[in-house]
Amino acid sequence: MILKPQLEDVKIIGFYLGKIIMGLALAMVVPIFISLCCWEINPALDFLVGIEISVMLGLILVCVCRTDKDLNWMQGMIVVSLSWVAAMLLGAIPMYLSGHWKSFLDACFDAMSGFATTGLVLVQDLEHISYTHNFWRHWIMFLGGQGIVVIALSFFVRGFSGAFKMYVGEAREEKILPNVINTSRFIWLVSIVYLVLGTLALGVTGILIGMKPFNSLFHGVCIFMTAFDTGGFSPQSQSILYYHSFAYETITVILMVFGALNFKLHYHLWAGNRKELVRNIETRTLFVSIVAIFSLVAVGLFQTGVYPKAIVLFRKGFYQLISGHSGTGFQTIYAPQFSADWNPLALAGMILAMSLGGAVCSTTGAIKMLRIGILFKAFKEDLKRIIMPERAIVIEKFHHIRDVFLEDKLVRGALLITVAYIILYGFGALVGMSCGYPFLGALFESTSAAANVGLSCGITGTGMPAALKITYILQMWVGRLEFMSVFTILGFIFARIKGK
Amino acid sequence: MRKIFFVILSAVFLVFSPGAAFSQTLSSSDLIDNAGLYDGKLVTFSGEAIGDIMKRGDFAWVNVSDGKNSLGVWMSASLAKEIDFAGSYKTRGDKIEIVGVFHRACPEHGGDLDIHACSLRKIVSGGAVPEKTDFKKIKLSIILSGVLFLIWILTLFKRK
Repeated sequence: MILKPQLEDVKIIGFYLGKIIMGLALAMVVPIFISLCCWEINPALDFLVGIEISVMLGLILVCVCRTDKDLNWMQGMIVVSLSWVAAMLLGAIPMYLSGHWKSFLDACFDAMSGFATTGLVLVQDLEHISYTHNFWRHWIMFLGGQGIVVIALSFFVRGFSGAFKMYVGEAREEKILPNVINTSRFIWLVSIVYLVLGTLALGVTGILIGMKPFNSLFHGVCIFMTAFDTGGFSPQSQSILYYHSFAYETITVILMVFGALNFKLHYHLWAGNRKELVRNIETRTLFVSIVAIFSLVAVGLFQTGVYPKAIVLFRKGFYQLISGHSGTGFQTIYAPQFSADWNPLALAGMILAMSLGGAVCSTTGAIKMLRIGILFKAFKEDLKRIIMPERAIVIEKFHHIRDVFLEDKLVRGALLITVAYIILYGFGALVGMSCGYPFLGALFESTSAAANVGLSCGITGTGMPAALKITYILQMWVGRLEFMSVFTILGFIFARIKGK
Repeated sequence: MRKIFFVILSAVFLVFSPGAAFSQTLSSSDLIDNAGLYDGKLVTFSGEAIGDIMKRGDFAWVNVSDGKNSLGVWMSASLAKEIDFAGSYKTRGDKIEIVGVFHRACPEHGGDLDIHACSLRKIVSGGAVPEKTDFKKIKLSIILSGVLFLIWILTLFKRK
């Protein structure tokens, strides 16, 4: 029997949603500091309006829905999924007010793309946007990569058991430390240490390649935030091509790979357990996947003959591949070049890389390496069963921080999410094709949106149909939260109608 | 007669040779979408200098935007010196016209799509763009502050 959700459920959801919205308002204070530093008045006003609307909404929800009760699983999941919708709508307000987005839908698209660490953009005239708004674009990516709820857990919540439910709802089922609040804080510690190091490296490189010191520092912070959080926004419309620098490309590749690794793995590396890097199923799978898919891309690019030298082919092919595989979306080629200069084999390689993603408990989207590794192990186990005598007991193990026996439950979970992602990629591609785009391009863009990558072959633009924009927004949202918390909303609505 | 023949022959050579020049200004979309067609050819491209003028020894990178895309232009530092303003939030960059060799995947610069400038002409000078305060936004934020204050008072009453 399905139980009908009660008013109390709605109140609990509303109360915690209100708290997270208040946290979002606090996040908008940071760009105001930037606007004061750069003396940008109108952008400061845009964010003031954004803060006022957010605080208003947050206050109303917290006050009307005030409760002392803790969250259950369903409520936690719904809070998470609604938080992301609220973040998109409220985060889009200052963006829309800047006048750099043609419609509120376009601003929502970029806000969701930012929070979900995707990187697809509809912003207009990025070259003349204020430092304040430009910082906000990168800041929301950093916040989204850490997880909006993780931030709230770290700073605004003083330990309650519902914390873990929201943490899981944000597609982070692995606890690094026994307490989920401490886990959230550790994720922040890792990110801030890398933030300082990465910004320094990019900032110094920026000065060495001829940028003005302030710009190089600003770009350094922004590029770090979107590289480590595998987001893909950049301060200029040319993405990484703007810098015309091999050193800049190399640093961003390192940051993208770091961002694609499991935070739990970072913890073990920091603790001196370097062997984990070699033994872990995720890093092994990632390495094999990169080598195999790069071979495909390289053969494809060699066939086209676009890149005259092997080193040039490697630089262009490898960069786009790492960017796609890590789910970042930085480009060192122009979007239409994917369709015009790359052949179907190279594009298929890129689509495959984007669809797989990085590690679980990282900032990447997509299917993720642990699930691919588990499915591969399951396949190997079944093959062994066929080959070996019937009486033989076949046991398969894999190493992920510790040795784990391959159980059917694990395989089922990995397979379900994999199938769900494939359906999501296909759904976006179908909508794209129904809007008149060719199959490969539609699949490329759909995979990029659903896997939170952000590479574009030229479809994403202000001119694309509103239906496709909404589809990509949905894909980014569902893909970032890995289905469960979004499906819970559907379950909630169903229970409200059919429940007793 | 000989002179006429020479002029015609030169014109034919200019049009059909691998390094043929496109005197008509091309847009960034033309160049990116038909990169194979223009590869290695002399092209004319115009737009606003944006971002940073990045000096690299005797040369410099200037990114030029025609409103649709920005293209990287590699030029001598002496040419780059002619650019006084590069576009940003508070600056309108110089509008320049570049004549140079277009590369679909420049072997010298790691396969970047770029233009190696031979000449640069400033079409319109840029300059500082002072920010005009938007009073509508000020009004809106004041009204919202009032509403917010009211809601806050109401929440205090509800708590009591």
